[in-house]
Amino acid sequence: MIRFILLQNRQGKTRLAKYYVPLEDSEKHKVEYEVHRLVVNRDPKFTNFVEFRTHKVIYRRYAGLFFSLCVDITDNELAYLECIHLFVEILDHFFSNVCELDLVFNFHKVYLILDEFILAGELQETSKKAIIERMGELEKLE
Amino acid sequence: MNPFSSGTRLRDMIRAIRACKTAAEERAVVRKECAAIRAAINENDQDYRHRNLAKLMFIHMLGYPTHFGQMECLKLIASSGFPEKRIGYLGLMLLLDERQEVLMLVTNSLKQDLNHSNQYIVGLALCALGNICSAEMARDLAPEVERLLQFRDPNIRKKAALCSIRIIKKVPELAENFINPAAALLKEKHHGVLITGVQLCTDLCKVSEDALEYFRKKCTEGLVKTLKDVVNSPYAPEYDIAGITDPFLHIRLLKLLRELGQGDADASECMNDILAQVATKTESNKNAGNAILYECVETIMSIEDNGGLRVLAINILGRFLSNRDNNIRYVALNMLMKAITVDAQAVQRHRATILECVKDSDASIRKRALELVYVLVNEGNVKPLTKELIDYLEVSDEEFKGDLTAKICSIVAKFSPEKIWYIDQMLKVLSEAGNFVKDEVWHAVIVVISNASDLHGYTVRALYRALQLSAEQESLVRVAIWCIGEYGDLLVNNVGMLNVEDPITVTESDAVDVIEIAIKHHTSDLTTKAMAMVALLKLSSRFPSCSERIKDIVVQYKGSLVLELQQRSIEMNSIIAKHQNIRSTLVERMPVLDEATFIGKRAGSIQATVSPSAGASINLPNGVAKPTAAPLVDLLDLGSDDVPAPSSSGGDLLHDLLGVDLSMASTQSGVNHAPKNGTDVLLDLLSIGSPTQSSQSVSDMLSSSQDNKTPVSPLEGLSSPSSNSIQPTSAGAAPTIDLLDGFSSNPPKQENNGTAYPSVVAFESSNLKMVFNFSKLPGNPQTTVIEATFTNLSTNIYSDFIFQAAVPKFLQLHLDPASGNTLPASGNGSITQTLRVTNSQHGKKSLVMRIRIAYKMNNKDVLEEGQISNFPRGL
Repeated sequence: MIRFILLQNRQGKTRLAKYYVPLEDSEKHKVEYEVHRLVVNRDPKFTNFVEFRTHKVIYRRYAGLFFSLCVDITDNELAYLECIHLFVEILDHFFSNVCELDLVFNFHKVYLILDEFILAGELQETSKKAIIERMGELEKLE
Repeated sequence: MNPFSSGTRLRDMIRAIRACKTAAEERAVVRKECAAIRAAINENDQDYRHRNLAKLMFIHMLGYPTHFGQMECLKLIASSGFPEKRIGYLGLMLLLDERQEVLMLVTNSLKQDLNHSNQYIVGLALCALGNICSAEMARDLAPEVERLLQFRDPNIRKKAALCSIRIIKKVPELAENFINPAAALLKEKHHGVLITGVQLCTDLCKVSEDALEYFRKKCTEGLVKTLKDVVNSPYAPEYDIAGITDPFLHIRLLKLLRELGQGDADASECMNDILAQVATKTESNKNAGNAILYECVETIMSIEDNGGLRVLAINILGRFLSNRDNNIRYVALNMLMKAITVDAQAVQRHRATILECVKDSDASIRKRALELVYVLVNEGNVKPLTKELIDYLEVSDEEFKGDLTAKICSIVAKFSPEKIWYIDQMLKVLSEAGNFVKDEVWHAVIVVISNASDLHGYTVRALYRALQLSAEQESLVRVAIWCIGEYGDLLVNNVGMLNVEDPITVTESDAVDVIEIAIKHHTSDLTTKAMAMVALLKLSSRFPSCSERIKDIVVQYKGSLVLELQQRSIEMNSIIAKHQNIRSTLVERMPVLDEATFIGKRAGSIQATVSPSAGASINLPNGVAKPTAAPLVDLLDLGSDDVPAPSSSGGDLLHDLLGVDLSMASTQSGVNHAPKNGTDVLLDLLSIGSPTQSSQSVSDMLSSSQDNKTPVSPLEGLSSPSSNSIQPTSAGAAPTIDLLDGFSSNPPKQENNGTAYPSVVAFESSNLKMVFNFSKLPGNPQTTVIEATFTNLSTNIYSDFIFQAAVPKFLQLHLDPASGNTLPASGNGSITQTLRVTNSQHGKKSLVMRIRIAYKMNNKDVLEEGQISNFPRGL
């Protein structure tokens, strides 16, 4: 299962942090710092997987943003890589051509999208269309 | 009303924060905002509550404390509108986690919302529950979630399925309630519901044997058919990724089939065809396809044997391994680790490629490949593989050297066909990466050298040569000075030349030079310097011509600020100057070190250091050997609410324990030197001092100089009460003294004759007392059996009594079940529990332990924690 999801820019500013396991705030900051350090300087040719404590981080870089998932050591790395891409496609679709600023100013929406995509550390929906439609319905209620 | 469109203040705040040029400016803005929000909270401002909470979430994300907003979340959740609830739940998930007590207050709101008539609100509640549910909430709300698994709207069903996963992970006993509704989900057509249903079933199988049996009997065929349908489904734009329909669903299905097929021939048989189809038909030019193939290979490897399928799987891995994409190679290495238990021959065929991967520039690949090489080594290929690895050691990155060195040392020690090869390889490693070699490894090298009597000359000469080239490798220097001290005469006289050697000319003073350089070198640490001092003493006897010079070197440390060196300097100076007659006997060659004892001593620590990786390599599923003591909970683990360890201390715990250990040893060494006194002078001289001893020595020195008012040198003072220890007989008795025991300040005798240890009150609070009784198993001095007795000092009965303990790595802890879990009031009875602690550093370190005791008093959870460092010495 997914332990946490982080979205960070190259400077290490956290744009989204979702934890599916209970951690103290101080521990969260430490994790965010460490994960950023792990992924930021890796060569693009390298694997998208780094071992992190007793788990592993699957990350993927889109422009200046790093999407990192921390998953169990036995999980399918390639599948989670695909999962990151799907999430990015959803964001891209929702914000029509997403950029970092969209995520900063609409951080709460990003969380809501994520909650439709992943729940309890597991994949909830694999259809981009279904998620965008669901977001539309929810927006109407507000 | 949208909380974010009603005003632009959230945007304004984000803008203001983004406009800050310095961290101080940002802090100022945040402080101002927080102050305003606090004020609004105090006024119980309803209109802007959601907006304030949204701001707090942003501030929280920046890393500022926001606990003061937690109650606001609860208020928003309790309000009636969807927008308020939505932001309230979002805040709940971000600002709180399952360990906060505030969360108890939300259970009721969640219950109401799970029964709400508006399905969107039900969705919100499910989402929050799935992300932060604690064991207690799981028990309270499981019936609601179970009911929602049959809800008409698929969006609710899939959320409920994932919530159920969280619930059964928290409270596995609840699993049986979910078996039937989960099985029903497997018949769904909606992909979202199906994928979550499959996931729920997979997790049910993991927590419940009944569930596994049930799904195996009732659902295997259906699942195979579902997978077949997905594999053969026509193009579906909604789920299409790189030409494959819903690869995620493929993968989840394959994973569940793996659970069902493992250990069951019938179920495995049933899925053979579809697995073969997936393995052969899936396109492997895109990541999505490879992800499916990877999962399929894992399933084939795990289910009951089918020769044909396994060949197919190994071939896929072979293809992966030669792929240009690093990700694919990484997963191939990962999977080959599992394949090795299935078909070692097939994996050996890829040895050359795997060895290349060890040299990859990507650390992730290197690490996997190294693990794999480690399990590939056998008697037949150890020589070429070791050569490759050692050659690579020269050019590898600094940060990789530690891992690589540990693995090479372990391989060499395990498979070395002959001693000379072992010595050669270890010398290479020490010269290349001596600074990365662990203490026990170079200790082991010395033990082996000491046992190879025909190679003493060869070894000391090889070390002398190596030292000329790699003097900066500390552990090489240590081994070299030890050997030169012991076998200096063989070095100078070229004794025991082997055919393979080139003769070298080393004069006596060259040999002393080497040691002088080592003792004076600025990077040498205390251990090296102390060892060098002993080596010099030995050489002073072996090379009488250099005796004066050695004396001069030794004398320089008379005023050393490091007590250990000062003491040695004074003692040795005295031996050289005044005790010529006994010197040669005193510094005789060390008796052969007992390999068996050393291996025995080391077994514990090796288990802790080296073999976890070996163990993990063989049964990979966890990759990590879990520590035996439960409270050292994995920080990232879901279950840690049951054991809410203060997470920040997770890593420090060991440090704490070790720290305590050190300080304790030093305080006790002053008090406890009665059994030690003069008899161990030899030990003292030969010991490679640890800091604890210096304080001991001071007290010795002080006491002795007080005894003898006349200005005699401390050494005489020390030796006079028990002069027999310096008599030749003591040299004869020396074989009992293991060199490495020299570290210990305990007399070795105490270890094995089952001394009775006093009971201690290990823990006492106002409510509870815990007493430890100790006993030793005969013939196993490392293991201590502790009988813990708990007594209730209060007037209330304790129920659900649980005792937990954690120990640092050098200890192994085994807890037997307790005699009960209810503790009668006022000491009218007790609970006993047996602990077995194995101390791999027996004699060097004392026991230390952290404990945690949880119980219910008047239905309230009570948690007591403590650290025990008052164990009797020598356990």
